[in-house]
Amino acid sequence: MTNIPIESIPVLGKNPLPPAWRKYFSFSTDHKVIGVQYLVTSFVFFLIGGLLSMVMRAELITPESDLVDRSLYNSMFTMHGTIMIFLWIFPSLLGLANFLVPLMIGARDMAFPRLNAVAFWMVPVFGILLMSSFFLPSGASQSGWWAYPPVSLQNPSGDLINGQVMWLLAVAISGVASIMGAVNFVTTIFKMRAPGMTFFRMPIFVWTVLSAQLIQLVGLPALTAGAVMLLLDLTLGTSFFNPEKGGNPLLYQHFFWFYSHPAVYVMVLPIFGVFSEILPVYARKPLFGYRVVAISSITISVVSLLVWVHHMFASGTPGWMRMFFMATTMCVAVPTGVKIFAWTATIWRGKLRMDTPMLFALGAILMFLFAGITGVMLGSVPFDIHVNNTYFVVGHFHYIVYGTITMGMFAALYHWFPKITGRMYYEGLGKLHFWLAFIGTNLNFFPMHPAGLMGMPRRVSSYDPEYAFWNVLASLGGFLLGMSTLPFILNMVSSWVQGKKAPANPWRAIGLEWLVSSPPPVENFEEIPVVIAEPYGYGKSEPLVSNAAAMTQEA
Amino acid sequence: MESSISSELQHSATEHVHDEEGNSMFGFIVFLLSESIIFLSFFAGYIALKLTATDWLPPGVSGLEVREPAINTIVLVSSSFVIYFAEKALDRQNLWGFRILLLATAAMGSYFLWGQATEWRGLSFGVTTGTYGGLFYLLTGFHGLHVLTGVLLQGIMLARSFIPGNYEGGHFGINATSLFWHFVDVIWIVLFLLIYIWQ
Repeated sequence: MTNIPIESIPVLGKNPLPPAWRKYFSFSTDHKVIGVQYLVTSFVFFLIGGLLSMVMRAELITPESDLVDRSLYNSMFTMHGTIMIFLWIFPSLLGLANFLVPLMIGARDMAFPRLNAVAFWMVPVFGILLMSSFFLPSGASQSGWWAYPPVSLQNPSGDLINGQVMWLLAVAISGVASIMGAVNFVTTIFKMRAPGMTFFRMPIFVWTVLSAQLIQLVGLPALTAGAVMLLLDLTLGTSFFNPEKGGNPLLYQHFFWFYSHPAVYVMVLPIFGVFSEILPVYARKPLFGYRVVAISSITISVVSLLVWVHHMFASGTPGWMRMFFMATTMCVAVPTGVKIFAWTATIWRGKLRMDTPMLFALGAILMFLFAGITGVMLGSVPFDIHVNNTYFVVGHFHYIVYGTITMGMFAALYHWFPKITGRMYYEGLGKLHFWLAFIGTNLNFFPMHPAGLMGMPRRVSSYDPEYAFWNVLASLGGFLLGMSTLPFILNMVSSWVQGKKAPANPWRAIGLEWLVSSPPPVENFEEIPVVIAEPYGYGKSEPLVSNAAAMTQEA
Repeated sequence: MESSISSELQHSATEHVHDEEGNSMFGFIVFLLSESIIFLSFFAGYIALKLTATDWLPPGVSGLEVREPAINTIVLVSSSFVIYFAEKALDRQNLWGFRILLLATAAMGSYFLWGQATEWRGLSFGVTTGTYGGLFYLLTGFHGLHVLTGVLLQGIMLARSFIPGNYEGGHFGINATSLFWHFVDVIWIVLFLLIYIWQ
């Protein structure tokens, strides 16, 4: 049924035939193709990272270290963290932003289409580079995803090409690709907006992508600087971070967290954007406090650059520094609280439609609220020192990276699936996915909090039997979470192949991307739209553009 | 009236879309701002390590010679003015004036690199000599790579100026090269103050 001979690949835009799959394997410069390439590639890495975590959960189901070698366990948590951040969350969000931002601002493509394609193709390159380090004689990096010296400087094998060097090279390539992407997004959003699309008419998703990419531009070079110095320490024998030779390992921590804390906001801000897009559609109400929500995104990116030392409260930082960064960390709760308030007010007395994207969005917001509360707890110095490097921290940030970001990502994938593929997904499978994922996430990550409060340290493969109860629960949750991706994969693949054809606007949503056909034509708009209203005009019955007919003419 | 506004907007839209040169320059400036943060990070690292070090200078090293690097600095900073005049010459369509001034810029950049290499050869410490040695070579080396990139860009711009019709699409290439050169210069001034003056 799908064995279309290669010769009959339709002339693009002629018939609404399924798009030729081959374009997704080519060096395409179409932002929509690149978006899908990012999404699919990152999802493959998500599965690899997930398998690693399930092996770790299997190891932790008993207090003894009995399943994998201890050094392999070290490599596994290092690679799990690195893969999930650099190869799943970052690229999948870039994929979503790639697909949506030009459509949402009324542009035909990104500002630099070729740069866009080059940046994407660096992802598989450094992904494979990173994976291949498992096959080195000395194994993959074991120093955790933050690679603190002097641990990361050990190199017991003595090989020049070791797991840590491969890790640093992969992170460096990822950094170059991210900077390319950031330059592209910032330029696109500043310079390519359709006429009438003023800053305060941009959808919140575009605002959040802009905020996130500005953080990349300011923060990422600091990590690059630290990574270069660490690489030189490791290969040439310089002594920037090597305490044995007069270097200062704390300096690396500053470089690392100056970027890697804001990186959390790079990851979560676009998901806040997703929530702000989805809630009004399924509640049939305008987003509450649109301008305030927009400004709070920029506020978060500014404040996020001044909080990094809260990761170093236990690193011998001076008292004034702890006080200062404790105060700034608490400040982040203000703009995020504004957003939570706005989302609550948006769904308040709305006509809620509990489709899969809405379920994922609401579930993710609920778990974000919980993660936000434990985040404020961790921001206070005395509490942080008490639970430093315990499973409490692990539980906290997994509520962010899985409970909020990955669940939000699924919300986005379901919501825009008809637009991306031109097909509808199966609602039943979607709901099954949600409930498995929601229960699995909480069962997996909630027990980490009590285990951490009891004192269970992170990054160990064996532990005191008194923590066993919580670990068994967490492991069961972990396996459930792993299972939950099966209905998702089944849904995505079968819907894309034989799902019902999607109309241009199946959700009756308001936004430029919903005015064009599903999937959108190659150049998006026949005529560039002229925007005459703010977004989220639900229940107002005013047009969004003045030339709706001309911009969607038969391409 | 509505339609006249929209047609006006439409006009600015087509301008918008075709302003690729403007986009490229905007993107390049964004990139340079981001790149400057790598240097700022290195500078911050230098200051932090210098302030906290117990033994800063390696044994047997009393400091750096300032005279030669100062001459180098003067050459590099003046070359920023030379490339500025090269740009002006191109704006006035004085193609040969532009080529000569661009060649002069590249020559001054090369002189700087040569001076840097000579200095490196004469030093008694290496890259593994304590944090001081590492930072000295890291900072000057990373900056030197940027100077080399600038000189290569100038060479490309010079070669491309002989292609007929090269400037029909605008002057983005040379404007970006020039901006990059000013950037390399400003970074050097900070670096010179940090490494050579603050000893």
